[in-house]
Formats: sequence, structure tokens, C-alpha cells
Amino acid sequence: MLAGMLAIGGIGIVAALLLGVSSKIFYVEVDPVIQEIAETLPGANCGACGFAGCSSCAKAIAKGKAKPDACLSGGPDVTLAIAGILGVSIEVKEPDTARLGCWYNLEEADTKFTYDGVKDCRAAAMLFDGSKVCEIGCLTLGTCVNACPFGALSIGDSGLPVVNKNLCTGCGTCEQICPKGIITLTSETRRIQHIYTTDECTSPCQRTCPAGIDIPEYIHQIKIGNYRQAVKTIRESNPMPLTCGRVCPHPCEEICRLGIEEDPVNINHLKRFVADIEMNANDRIIPYKAAETGKTIAIVGGGPAGLSAAYYLARLGHCPTIFEAMPKLGGMLRYGIPEYRLPKATLDWEIEGILAMGVSVKTNTAMGKDFTLQSLKDDGFDAVFLGTGAWDSRGLGVEGEDLKGVLPGTHFLIDRGLDKETPVGERVAVVGGGNTAIDAARTCWRLGAKEVTVLYRRSRKEMPANDIEIEEAGKEGVLFHYLAAPTKLMGENGKLTQLEYIEMELGEPDESGRRRPIPKKGSEKVIKVDNIIAAIGQFPVTDFLKDNGVTTTKWNTIEVVNEQTGQTNIEGVFAGGDSVTGASIAVAAIGAGRKAARSIHRFLSGEEVTLPDNSITPDSKLPAVEELTAITHSSRVKMPELSVDDRAMNFTEVELGLSQEMAADEAARCLRCGLLCYRKEG
Amino acid sequence: MADFILLMISAILVNNILLARFLGNCPFVGVSRSMDTATGMGLAVIFVLTLAGMITWLVHNYLLIPLNIEYLRTIAFILVIATLVQFVEMVVQKTAPALYEALGIYLPLITTNCAVLGVAIINIEDGYDLITSIFFSFASAVGFALALVLMAGIRERFALVNIPKSFEGTAIGLVTAGLIALAFSGFAGLV
Repeated sequence: MLAGMLAIGGIGIVAALLLGVSSKIFYVEVDPVIQEIAETLPGANCGACGFAGCSSCAKAIAKGKAKPDACLSGGPDVTLAIAGILGVSIEVKEPDTARLGCWYNLEEADTKFTYDGVKDCRAAAMLFDGSKVCEIGCLTLGTCVNACPFGALSIGDSGLPVVNKNLCTGCGTCEQICPKGIITLTSETRRIQHIYTTDECTSPCQRTCPAGIDIPEYIHQIKIGNYRQAVKTIRESNPMPLTCGRVCPHPCEEICRLGIEEDPVNINHLKRFVADIEMNANDRIIPYKAAETGKTIAIVGGGPAGLSAAYYLARLGHCPTIFEAMPKLGGMLRYGIPEYRLPKATLDWEIEGILAMGVSVKTNTAMGKDFTLQSLKDDGFDAVFLGTGAWDSRGLGVEGEDLKGVLPGTHFLIDRGLDKETPVGERVAVVGGGNTAIDAARTCWRLGAKEVTVLYRRSRKEMPANDIEIEEAGKEGVLFHYLAAPTKLMGENGKLTQLEYIEMELGEPDESGRRRPIPKKGSEKVIKVDNIIAAIGQFPVTDFLKDNGVTTTKWNTIEVVNEQTGQTNIEGVFAGGDSVTGASIAVAAIGAGRKAARSIHRFLSGEEVTLPDNSITPDSKLPAVEELTAITHSSRVKMPELSVDDRAMNFTEVELGLSQEMAADEAARCLRCGLLCYRKEG
Repeated sequence: MADFILLMISAILVNNILLARFLGNCPFVGVSRSMDTATGMGLAVIFVLTLAGMITWLVHNYLLIPLNIEYLRTIAFILVIATLVQFVEMVVQKTAPALYEALGIYLPLITTNCAVLGVAIINIEDGYDLITSIFFSFASAVGFALALVLMAGIRERFALVNIPKSFEGTAIGLVTAGLIALAFSGFAGLV
């Protein structure tokens, strides 16, 4: 025993002497920087950095071949220490985390797949590759769990992998090993630039939303009571939930799968519910803002498109400046939508939040008069976004339009937005069938008009205004004359007193698909009116744009290569919103602003401005669910409203907002749809 | 003399320490990507193995056996090998810094290379005397270097052909190693 210990000890001492002597003889000058870095590294030689051992990694970092954040096991502390040694400052990048893109395990996934009358396997294989279960579904066998070098993944109760955010380092091993690309790396920065592809699990509502909001996710967060996270999720795709929650015509609800059997989920009012909580608490949620890039972008137009583009560019670290021709920001949201639908105080609060991300503003500054594209370039702006909207309106084209008392629809509402006096007489006629016409009609009722009539040349079915608006206008006493169009305006002493209109009947459909109205000869009628408001369409003003070299289409809208990228004919100039599509809805402008911000960010980073592979287009083939099975029945909550008496002669907000109970009930109705899956009972 | 030649042929070809006995796979797969690193590693292993074989034989016969502590063979051998490798590392770092960079982590990993310990133990188990041990160690190392150089030659060419994605890297390396081992088994019965 003793001999053994002595022997081994003896060998040890001899070895130590030998090594000590030879280290002096074979002394090599080692760069102290490399030495220091090697000491900071964990020394585990795990290989996650891609180098053979910690010493090689240290050398590579010292030489500049690897970045200070190369060590994945060390985490941010090691990165900061190494940065300190190298003497560089570290802009901490937003960390990536892994995220699973599927919510239903194999048992829950719908194995029933109807092939809609297809009777041949080859034909069925051409439809959705003949899957019996969704192609994109997670197979729940846990390969990613085994592969994770940091043990951050585990199989949860639902049978699907669960990410432990505290352990996940964003190394991406799970993403590489998943054969179906279901678990991926994500971060706020990536999500605000996200465009849906056919390779991921999406629900019909989130695909239909022009802004691409992750609707099932935020409704789920409302259901579990995590309201602030719900607001964060919404703001990753739409910076204006307060506004949209009040004015959006919610195309998502039209396509909601629950609507197949029941009333669709009240998606929009749930959005308003959580946004109101944030506003009423006056406790703004500040999202992650990337490090300053120093790039400046000129945003022409402070409406929803421009505000959205500015918000996302600021979140990505750039410096946008909004140039707005009107005295205040908001565009049509302020100068087109009346107070009782969208209170100006609410709009102001929302805009303040957007500006707080780092957006500069110049109001009362118009393109063509105060600046041009060339002057912006000379001032050093790196890119330009055009969101000038559709502010032009058309006249009725009838005799007598120059009489006093004839108000063009947009001007009437713009004046209201400018807080100008807009007196109306006792009898007002509004011509048109869109939201502008209804807004004008309901505004006139509140201004004291005794009889407000809306004339529309087609029938109720073809009226483009929101159903709820038409209903509420009816409750407030607005009269509707369908299949009627004005032919002559008559007046006394230069002032409008009478309107002659002719009845119409519907003929063959025109290019828009709606049936063409044909006047019925000899059916003219005359009514007494004091004012007439023409709200028959809004169009982009493009003269000042054409002067600056921007090409336009035959419909007088800005021409873009692709609506999802917003690139115009001039390099570095992008466009979105009503100025590109013609008059549309606010959320479409917001979505266009976000996608343009993505394009501008790619342009400024030197990347190609392209869409991701397989991004969803109207032609994309996606599985559809025609029938729902095994769902519990529930009724949709109704938004509480002011009674009609309480609305008279004032502009108080009509819709009052859901209560917490109502929101919880409504959120519980959501089926949390996947491509094919949805939550079944039992 | 003829015995030594036979021994060396046996150690290099027939019972190749790597391809027949499968000792020392780690640096084999890790360092064989380019010819320069492979030859460098091969030379380093020759140096370490020969010296290790000699010194461990001496330690075993003149320290462990007299003191009746043969059971401490493994510990003692590892001590000796570790010291030698550290020594070689220092020498290489001083004399051939480029080689030192290229070998990277695989140089100190020779310490845990089972080929070195394996040969040291085979020397004892097969009862070789000192000169035979030295020759055997040298020959085994040459066999290792040969296998390494062969592998490197083949792997350098992998960059020029179409390898299925799932086979790239270590996978095709191990498949190739198996095939070379198969080829070398043709030497069985030579000696």
C-alpha cells in the first residue's frame, strides 16, 4: 500500500519536474488576450460554438474570426466578459427562443379528411398531397427533446414538446433536427416581420387578417387571463388595437370556423377589451427595441399605413420621421371616422404609444409643396415610405351641384376632424353606401338634423358599409332609400332646397361583380332637402407623386411590384395602404405598413426585398374545414351599447366595451384552430 | 532480425492498431480531414507511442514489479502518458506553431487515446522485452499513422463528390473506416 502510494507519488514528482523544466525551455509567448478569453470561457469543450475546444474558440475570438457571443453554453455573462476583454461594446441582441408551431397531438388531430367528391387516389394525392392528417402536424415522438444540448425541452401534458424559456439558449439544434420544421427559433424581431407561409400551421382567421395578427394566440392568452401578453401578441402585427377594436369590419370573423355552426367568435371586441385595459391603466407595454442602426426613413403620410410602418421601423432600431400634411396625425382615422366611433382621445393615446418608440413627426408639411423625393434624398434619408391615402372625393355629376348646402362627404368629415363648425339643416340627404356615407348620416343626426336619408343606388345586400353601422344608423332613425340615385339638385336664391332622384333596378353584374343599377325611366321623385352630402367614393391623389417620378396604375393608384413588399418603381421608395389599393379598410393599411417596414428593413440591411418561399397568396391551396363535429354550443356575447336616447345630440362613444366576464366567456368559445384541427369537446 | 521485421509487419498491417484492433478512433475521425494535419498527428503519435512504450515498460519492470504493485499499472501508465503528451505539446507549440494550431484539441487528446494505453498494455501482456517493446510500439504507431494518412487521402476527395446529406461528415467517415478495415483484414494470415 505504502509502496504503491510512494511509487505513484514518485512518478508524479518526476513528471512534474520534467514538465516544469521543459516549460521553461520550450517557452512560447502566448497572447495574453487569448489567455484571458480562454479563462473566461467555461472550458467544457462542448463544441456548441462550432470550434474544436475552448482554446480554439478563444483563439478565433481573439483573431476576430468568431464573435464574442460564439460560446452558447456560457450565456450573456461570458459574452459581456469577453467583450470587456476585447474592449468592444456589446449591443445585446434580442435572444432567440424555440417555439413549437403545432397545438394538437396525434390523437387530437383530425383524422377525418373529406376529399370533396374526389374519387381517385391520384387526384386526392394532388389535393394537399393526399394527407389523411395535417401535413404539418408534430409527430410527438420527442426527437427534439433528446437533441436539445441544454435540456430545455420536455414532453408536456398534452403530448407536445414544451420549451423551458429559462434554459433555452437559442442554439437552434431543435430547429435543425425537426424533420418537419415545426419547432423553430423565434424572437419579437422575427415575429414583427413575419409573413405566413403554407409550411406552417395557421388558422383561417390569422390568414385572413390583412395585418396577420396571431388571433388564436391572443385569444388563448385572454382565456388564461394573461391580458398584457395578449396585447404584446397583437402589437407584433398591429400597433393600433384600440382603433381597430372599434372600427375594423373584421374580415376574420367572416371566416371564423365557429361560424360554420354558430355565431363566429367576437374576435374584434376581444381585441378592444385587452387594449382598453392597457389604456385605462395608463401602463404602456414597451416592446423590445433593437439597437440603433442610424438609418433614417421618411414616412410620407401619418395615417394608419404610415404610423404602422414607422412603429415597426422604430422597433427594428431605425429612425423614422413622419411627414404629415394635416395639422395632426391619424389620417382618415382622425379626419374620416367620427368621434362616437373612435374618440379622438383614444386615437391620441394610441398614436403617442407609437411615437414613443422613437418616431419624429413634422405636421403641416405636404409633399410637393414643402418637400420632394429629391429633397428627402438630399437631406440624407435612406428610404421613403409613401402612405398618402385616398383623400379625393367625386362630385355627383348632376345639375345644381354648385348650390350652397352641397357638401362633399370627405370634406364634411374632415372639417369635423379639424374641429370646425359644420352646421346642417333639418333635412339632410346622404348619397352613397359605404362607411363614409353612414358616418356622415349618423353625424348629421347628432348635429340635430330631424330627417336624415341615405340614398344608395343598389340594394341593401350590395351596400359595402359595415352591417353593424347600417343597423345602428337605422336605430338612430336614419332612413334608407335603396335603388335610388340623384338626378338634379334644385334651389332658391342659390341655396339647395330640393333633390330629384330616380329609382333604379338591378341588371347584369359589372366588373366588381355587383349587379349594375339601371334607371327606371319616368320614376323621378322630388324630396325637400337642406343639405346633401355626396359620399360616393374616395380616390388617391397622385399628381404630386407623379411629379416626383412615382409610376401609377390605370386606376390612379401607386404602382407597386407586389402588394406584400410595397416596392415602387424607384429604388428605396416603398408604398402601402389606400394610395396603392384604392380606398380600403384601416387594418389593410396597417398590414401594408408592417410589410413595407419589413421590406425597408431588408433593403437597408442589404438583403433582397423578397417574400419568403411559399408565402400565402390568394391562390394558395390550404386545407379547409367544411363541417364541425363535437363542439359545445354557445352564444356570442353582444357588445353593450349606449341607448339611442343617450346618444342624441352628442358624440359620446356608442360601444361601451366588454366586461371581464364577457371577455372570458367569449375567449372560451374560440376553437383555437390549426390548419385542420380545432378544439373538440370531450 | 527477421523476428523484428515480422513483428513490424504484423503490427503495421495484420494487426493494425486502428483498423484491426479498433483502438484510437477519436483522432482518426477527427483529424483525418486534411493530409497535413493527418501527417502531423501521425508523427506526434509515433513520437508519443514509442517513448511511452519504452518508459511504461521501464516503469512496469523496474518500479511496479519490484514493489509488487502491478495492480497500479493503469494509473502509472496514464500518468506517464499524460506527462509525455504534455511534453510533446510544449515541444510542438514551440517548434511547429502552425501544426499546433491545426491539431488543436486533438493533440492533448492523445492522452486519452486508447491506442497509446493499449499498446503499452499489450507490451506487458505479451511479455515483450525492452527492445521488442520499443519496436512494437514504433510499428503500431506507424500503423496508426498509415491508417490516418489513408483516411485523410480519401476524405480530402469527399469534397469533390456527391454525398447524400444524411451521410455527410462523421457518418461517411465511419463507413469508410469500416471499408478500409475490411480491406486490411485481407492481410490476416500473412504472418
